[in-house]
Amino acid sequence: MTTIAPEKVEVGKSLLGESVPRKEDRRLTQGQGVFVDDIKRHGMGYLHFVRSPYAHAHITSIDVSKAEEIKGVYGTLTGEEVASLTDPFFQIASEPGGRIKDFSLAVGKVRFVGEPIVAVVAETRELARDASELVEVEYEPLDALVDARHALETDAPVLHDDAGGNLMWEGVYEWGDLDQAFAEADQVIKIDELHFHRFNSTPLECGGALVEYNRGTGQWTIHTNNQFPGFAAIMMGPAMRCGLDKLRFVTQDIGGGFGNKITSHPQLVTCCLLSRKLNRPIQWTEWRTDFHMSMSHGNERWFRDTEVAVKDDGTLLGFRTKALDDAGAWLRYEPLGGVIWAQVTPGMYRWRHIRVDFTQVATNKAPVSPNRGYSRMQHLWFTERVIDIVARELGLDPVDVRKRNYIRTEDMPYETPNGCIYDSGDYARMLDIALDLIGWDSMGEKRRDAESRGKRLGVGIGSTLDSGTNNFGQSRMINPELQFSGNNEVATVKLDIFGEIVVTLGTTPQGQGHETTASQVVAEILNCSLDDVHVRAGHDSYWNSHAGFSGTYASQFAVTGLSAVKGATEMLREEIKKLASVIFGGVPVEALELAEGGVRIKDNPEAFLPFMACGAIINANNAGLPEDLGVTLNCRYVYRPPFEVPDIERKFGNLTLTYAAQIHVAVVEVDPETGYYDIVDYAAVDDCGKRINPQIVEGQVMGATAQAIGAVMHETFEYDEDGNLLTPNFYDYHVPHALDMPPLHTGAIESPSPFTPLGTKGMGEGGGAGIHAVCAAIQDATGKIVTDSHNPYHRVWELMR
Amino acid sequence: MNVAVTVNGTVYERDVEARKLLIHFLRDDIDLTGSHIGCDTGNCGACSVILDGTLVKSCMVLAVQANGSKVETVEGLADGEQLTALQQAFTDHHALQCGYCTPGMLMSATSLLRSNPSPSDEEIRKALQGNICRCTGYWNIFEAVKSVAR
Repeated sequence: MTTIAPEKVEVGKSLLGESVPRKEDRRLTQGQGVFVDDIKRHGMGYLHFVRSPYAHAHITSIDVSKAEEIKGVYGTLTGEEVASLTDPFFQIASEPGGRIKDFSLAVGKVRFVGEPIVAVVAETRELARDASELVEVEYEPLDALVDARHALETDAPVLHDDAGGNLMWEGVYEWGDLDQAFAEADQVIKIDELHFHRFNSTPLECGGALVEYNRGTGQWTIHTNNQFPGFAAIMMGPAMRCGLDKLRFVTQDIGGGFGNKITSHPQLVTCCLLSRKLNRPIQWTEWRTDFHMSMSHGNERWFRDTEVAVKDDGTLLGFRTKALDDAGAWLRYEPLGGVIWAQVTPGMYRWRHIRVDFTQVATNKAPVSPNRGYSRMQHLWFTERVIDIVARELGLDPVDVRKRNYIRTEDMPYETPNGCIYDSGDYARMLDIALDLIGWDSMGEKRRDAESRGKRLGVGIGSTLDSGTNNFGQSRMINPELQFSGNNEVATVKLDIFGEIVVTLGTTPQGQGHETTASQVVAEILNCSLDDVHVRAGHDSYWNSHAGFSGTYASQFAVTGLSAVKGATEMLREEIKKLASVIFGGVPVEALELAEGGVRIKDNPEAFLPFMACGAIINANNAGLPEDLGVTLNCRYVYRPPFEVPDIERKFGNLTLTYAAQIHVAVVEVDPETGYYDIVDYAAVDDCGKRINPQIVEGQVMGATAQAIGAVMHETFEYDEDGNLLTPNFYDYHVPHALDMPPLHTGAIESPSPFTPLGTKGMGEGGGAGIHAVCAAIQDATGKIVTDSHNPYHRVWELMR
Repeated sequence: MNVAVTVNGTVYERDVEARKLLIHFLRDDIDLTGSHIGCDTGNCGACSVILDGTLVKSCMVLAVQANGSKVETVEGLADGEQLTALQQAFTDHHALQCGYCTPGMLMSATSLLRSNPSPSDEEIRKALQGNICRCTGYWNIFEAVKSVAR
């Protein structure tokens, strides 16, 4: 493993940019983390779901009586009860998808294998599972729709009669002048079909919750690993006919999320209803098979009838394509995937004329939801595929085509054809670093060496833009009636009675080290030690301040979360000075500075007031302080990024604030006899602007890379023609293990964002680059065009036949 | 059935169902929640513990099979506040992110280093192949284990 890091610029000693050890690690390395399944309550009941064995069927009857008769079974909940106790979930979609009625348990019909139909609660996990077997459900099976490409055919089975068909959402995106681009083109490259497959990040901890109902106050406390409680709340409150103050979300340690833990609101509603009905805490922990069958698959997408306008020298003018997106059975976060990709419309390239006809349909498969790189990954894989296919058709070097078309560092900030502003970056330099890391100059020799061993060597490049800090106004392109726009995050920083600096965040970290990086920002501003700063672990919507978009998702903490921390800490710093100014008898605040855990007079450091004294004075010894002091030492700051509402008609505007970039290069050796291949070398170069903790950044780069390698080589949610999931566990769904990991070289440059308070960019989702890098390497090795994002050995073998 | 299992030096006597898995005994019956569950097929290794000196996945062992045995879990690694060299190395090398696989990883690596204090890179990888991590890509875990190998 080698690492290339940017040269450090020493500007005094700063904690920002230091790889300080993580505060979280001490508890996590001792098994003292608190994950949701670790939480227990007296008299709690374990919940198990009865799930559909059919992909598509009418439910003709449900009988829970035999299950309820068992001693130790506390009770059940059926879809019928849910339909009477709740309203359907609010739909993001406009017509026709907006008409579907989605409840927390199936009502009248099942639409995918594994869909929850009845919840059974019992004294033990085992008993709940046993009793579920006794629930009798009668079905009338219907034909299943598995392949999204047939969804709009007249004889296709229809999932949602309310929607009048399987079309959930469609929209046309067109920018520039396509006619002119194709008229100017020397060549038009046509690509019939490219397919991005269905998989997700399979966090090692499955979904879960411990839900308590307070009968006296009518409030639910939801201990959960949901990673976006703000979203869960706006889904659950209206459905459950209660205000959001009745829903208290609490998280501490979360065993990975990657977007896959955003849409657990249906299960949480079921837990809430049962905790009220049975008057006891409800414990729900998903089994791995449950997770694979029912949670948050990534969007499967086809790109059809693609045409690319190019000049003979490889200059890209524009493209048009028809994107077909498979939403699965329900729209749980969709159809937002229908617009999120537009954050990175041109990828890294300067083409100006682009048209995408986007169609999203329902199928009898698990609902899709955000997965690391949500919707951009699919689109960026497509644009990268286009680059390599164009290079092959024109007989050009993929490196040259990229460099000819990259948005250049001198073009930054760069406005894309659809109005997004790429804040900073230097893609060509990143590519050079990546190529150096894999020994590009000696590749000819390596190819010959591989050939001498009967292998074919291939090199492939992949890139992604990790667009972060969403402008939620983009949702209006999906549904003009939505009243969302902008973004926000909040932090509080207070100085407590004994001088403790206590930080609360609105975020829900799942391994990103927020306690550590937030401490770095606070300690830097207050000029104190990291040990003086106490960041509350996790999220609590009662006690932590939080904002409408609070959560941990979509590569934004380094911008939204840390900017909120910075704002609150600067407020606290000024309040401390204001208080000290009074205590020191009117010394002007300009004459004061914070140092060594206190505040002092710059010219007279002996005049020193420790934080402990400041906290004690305000909280417990405040007689005689001026009435208009205006100091609480409890500071809350809401960071709001600078966004405008996008132009909905033109589908034009800045959709995200920052654009971190990744360039990966993979070197593969393919065995032409069998299609087996090894990744023999690999480089990942990342640019996420100013890095607060480079080790944490590098850790995310590595993890995203591993997920990409898993996705392209092994991981797929494959269904048979009847809609049975063929990969419902870790036997059939192979995630990379220790022996699967190739050699890895990482590199980084820093192009600070001019738009964010700390120069940071959100990051963490850049793994998609690796999926393409391997696809391109296989294409290079085999000489055959790769049209799928999933390339297990047998597919490579078929490719070469 | 009555079982007596010594876990991290303490004897726990409980009445358990014959079908109860050792991991559920550890987590639910004696409240040692450091060992985790990440799958239901024995693939992920988050529940790895050391049973009478042998590394096992505690979801593949019944609690009754552990009757009379000695079990070591992640909670027993540190000596009071003093982390083991391996635990410290996991921090130093950023070998964990969400921390969910970490207890199992630590037990597998601890078991390896006991039987083979100087493992090669390949031996480290083989020893950890039964433990899935979705956050780190393993590279930093290899580095951490290597750093405490003699």
